[in-house]
Amino acid sequence: MLLIAPTGGGKTLSGFLPSLIELADAPADGLHTLYVSPLKALAADIKRNLRTPVEEMDLPIRIEDRTGDTSYTQKRRQRADPPHILLTTPESLALLTSYEDAPRMFSGLQRVIVDEIHALQESKRGDQLMLALSRLDAISPGLRRVGLSATVEDPDAIAKTLARHPDPCPILYADPGPDPDIQMLVTQELPPWSGGGAAYSIPAVLEQVKKHKTTLIFHNTRAQAEIYFHNLWLANDEGLPIGIHHGSLAREQRDKVEAAMVRGELKAIVCTGTLDLGIDWGDVDLVIQIGAPKNVKRLVQRIGRANHRYNAPSRALLVPANRFEIVECVAALEAVKERALDGEPKGAGPRDVLCQHILIRACAGPFVDTELFDEVRTVGAYADLSRAAFDDCLEFCATGGYALRAYDRWQRLMLRDGLWHLRDPRAAQRIRMNIGTIQDTDTLKVRLKGNFKPLGEVEEAFAATLSPGDTFLIGGEIVRYENLKEMTVQVTRRADKQPKIATFLGTKFATTTQLFDRILAMFQQPDWPQLPGHTADWLALQRKVSKMPERDRILVETFPHDSRSHSVFYSFAGRNAQQTLGMLLTQRMEDLGLNPIGFVATDYATMVWGLDEITDPAPLFDASSLRDGFENWLSGNAVMKKTFRASATIAGLIERNLPQARKSGRQATFSSDILYDTLTKYDPDHLMLRITREEALRGLVDFGRIEEMIARTEGRIDHVTLKRVSPLAAPICLEPGRVPIKGEGRERLAEEAAAKLLDTAGLADNGKDKRRWGGPMLFYG
Amino acid sequence: MNTVDFQLRGLTLTALPSGALWDATHRALCVSDLHLCKSDRIARRQGLMLPPYESRETLDKLAADIEATHPQMVICLGDSFDDLAAAEALDDDCRQTLTQLQAGRRWIWIEGNHDPGPVELGGTHLAELQLGPLTYRHIAENAPSGEVSGHYHPKFALPGAGAARPCFLYDDRRLILPAYGAYTGGLRAQTPVLRDLFAPQCFAILTGRKALLTRLP
Repeated sequence: MLLIAPTGGGKTLSGFLPSLIELADAPADGLHTLYVSPLKALAADIKRNLRTPVEEMDLPIRIEDRTGDTSYTQKRRQRADPPHILLTTPESLALLTSYEDAPRMFSGLQRVIVDEIHALQESKRGDQLMLALSRLDAISPGLRRVGLSATVEDPDAIAKTLARHPDPCPILYADPGPDPDIQMLVTQELPPWSGGGAAYSIPAVLEQVKKHKTTLIFHNTRAQAEIYFHNLWLANDEGLPIGIHHGSLAREQRDKVEAAMVRGELKAIVCTGTLDLGIDWGDVDLVIQIGAPKNVKRLVQRIGRANHRYNAPSRALLVPANRFEIVECVAALEAVKERALDGEPKGAGPRDVLCQHILIRACAGPFVDTELFDEVRTVGAYADLSRAAFDDCLEFCATGGYALRAYDRWQRLMLRDGLWHLRDPRAAQRIRMNIGTIQDTDTLKVRLKGNFKPLGEVEEAFAATLSPGDTFLIGGEIVRYENLKEMTVQVTRRADKQPKIATFLGTKFATTTQLFDRILAMFQQPDWPQLPGHTADWLALQRKVSKMPERDRILVETFPHDSRSHSVFYSFAGRNAQQTLGMLLTQRMEDLGLNPIGFVATDYATMVWGLDEITDPAPLFDASSLRDGFENWLSGNAVMKKTFRASATIAGLIERNLPQARKSGRQATFSSDILYDTLTKYDPDHLMLRITREEALRGLVDFGRIEEMIARTEGRIDHVTLKRVSPLAAPICLEPGRVPIKGEGRERLAEEAAAKLLDTAGLADNGKDKRRWGGPMLFYG
Repeated sequence: MNTVDFQLRGLTLTALPSGALWDATHRALCVSDLHLCKSDRIARRQGLMLPPYESRETLDKLAADIEATHPQMVICLGDSFDDLAAAEALDDDCRQTLTQLQAGRRWIWIEGNHDPGPVELGGTHLAELQLGPLTYRHIAENAPSGEVSGHYHPKFALPGAGAARPCFLYDDRRLILPAYGAYTGGLRAQTPVLRDLFAPQCFAILTGRKALLTRLP
């Protein structure tokens, strides 16, 4: 059964009512109800909210949570003596099903409650969860499933995912409640042309914080949250109690903030998606969204944080960080008013997740392939899985699935007497350590020097850019990078006002198609009365010095910037498609001798820079050469390698976590890109490459939207040559996530850089040094 | 050819873009850290089944360099196999390639820390080799004079020019070769344990499409 109710409607507790009644009427030992939520914090939160009434009514019901944060002893005890109600996450559940005693633990299970199922459904975590449920269903037939979802645009799709295939799934709708009260924050200061910091809004936001009981200040990325929090504190003359909460902070720090919030001690919390889902603590009466909400569904969720009184409208303020985001915010506001929730359709069950499921199943003990196949097919997303496709995955798990059968001696799974089992039972530990489908970039812990307690985490790629002495923000404080010791970033505290390096990476969200159509329609208005004056002026200036992008044309702007020629292609196809377009365009440019060096993609445009200027963009968009290029390009590009890495990790080809902490001797490890290249060359039909291609086409490369864009624009290209960056292009110049192109242009740069280093040695080309001690001579034959 | 010539102890050497070293005077080709059969060792020890094609890839690359230089002697500078047991896992196809490559020339396996003993694959096994003014050994020693070694898998990233590439490192006393094998990572040339082996004045030759000479900061 699926219950759809707006956030704040009390749907979570209602999901537990049948369990509480059954357990009160007929107390029995063992696990009765399993609650699964996408967030650890949510499980902890529900535990608090559920225990209070249970203790007040003096019911003999034990409620515990189990997540990656639960202690080892507690986890052991839970397996030996499970509580009546266990609150957990998809990953922890998958791990539980991997133990040999899983059948004993789950044999009496009556109900499973999946909370915030709309959020899980968007990712592979949902697929993994449903596979785990198919296992539980086999252990405890007749298990009842309840899904709890916020308002969604396609409830039937979620119902199909939730229910055991082909069972029906009734859907219950709760009253959606009054319309939320959302406005754009009016500030004295003008928002900047570009950038994502929104520092201009700090005084106005502080005013709002003072006027309300508790304010949640949402950001789209962790880096933005850190910078904003820092600036907020610098301006917080009255010392208002304000906290910060996001996913890369250490657990102790998050716990502290959560506890303070529950006690009502905080006036405001600066946060990211970790607080995005239905966590219900304290008297939040205002939600502020910094930066444009990239999709409307997320915006509505966040607004739901405010004012958990069901019959009063929620109050929210949008704070666009720059002028382009003002346009996005206005478009999003219109969408909320029209209750037009957006979302992307979901494809068939991914096979890398299935491979992991097979390995997890093998950890739990020997299995019969036919039985597992039948079980998997009860999952809605895998209902159409063919036996051949299943066998491919099984073969991959067992032997690696290579054309060259090199692993007969070291097979992972062996078939004996009709049963599949692990060749080496010790492998189970390694498989368990790598359960999960969340593909975070690799992160490193950050620690104060001489202190054991971690401050939080930063991405490995960010850590690699640091030199000793660099300062950056973490947990709202400025720290100085000292060194990297045993894969931990060691830092010291600094009292500086501004960090030298302001940002680390962070999650990027893609804007949805619906929002684009609204934005493009808005661009065509003769004037913009619904936009603030400065933003209308900005668009007017764009119209004056260049052109407004149109739905059925491609606008190309070319201008010099940073001593390189830049071209911006506005085609509004979404970040993934724009990224693919960047790859294809730079490949065409390489063929045409234009020496591209790199590109960056945003949701609405791709910017390419290179050594030579584009004078005629039309040949770049020739549909047939783009299409030819696509096939050729697909196998060799960086996006595919990234996708391969993610899928290969999920499928168990490579490991993310090793039994011992990673060694610091890095020459022993090598990049998964090498594996991708080798497979492509020697085993192009290998399952992992087929999965990679499928995954990439599913979203990351989005060639479909490029085809659609080419068809829509039919070669209508407007090329504008400018002396400097255009108003609309300014935000793109600051966009992170630049992709380098490895071509002739970069080869030339490498040669220049190499020669420059030689020059500083004064040894570029003279023979004197050579005679003295055998210095270098250069030959490019 | 996109190669770089340089001198060590008065002998002219050529760095090939593949990561092999060519000594034209002695007609000797040297490659280091092939790590053949690495995937077999990983399967045996970690239970992971990586694409088992790295030996094929590495030997094909070596065959191309041999074809281009026609050496009288090939020196494999240690860690040619990921371990001694892995050497037995080399498939027939690769064995045949190796036999063909060995035909008509001296073939020397220098012992490495991964492969400290002889393998049953033809050629001569040595701890070190002296060739003209140069000593070939797997791991660099203190106070060398004309030493050629491997082991560290050096790599270097040019500022503003993309990812790190495997590289040769040399000063006036020693030379360290990049890892030649397909499944090998790298150690950044600035890492103290590696950088400290060299004088302040030290050069790197990057591998890739072209060999590229530069100076180490």
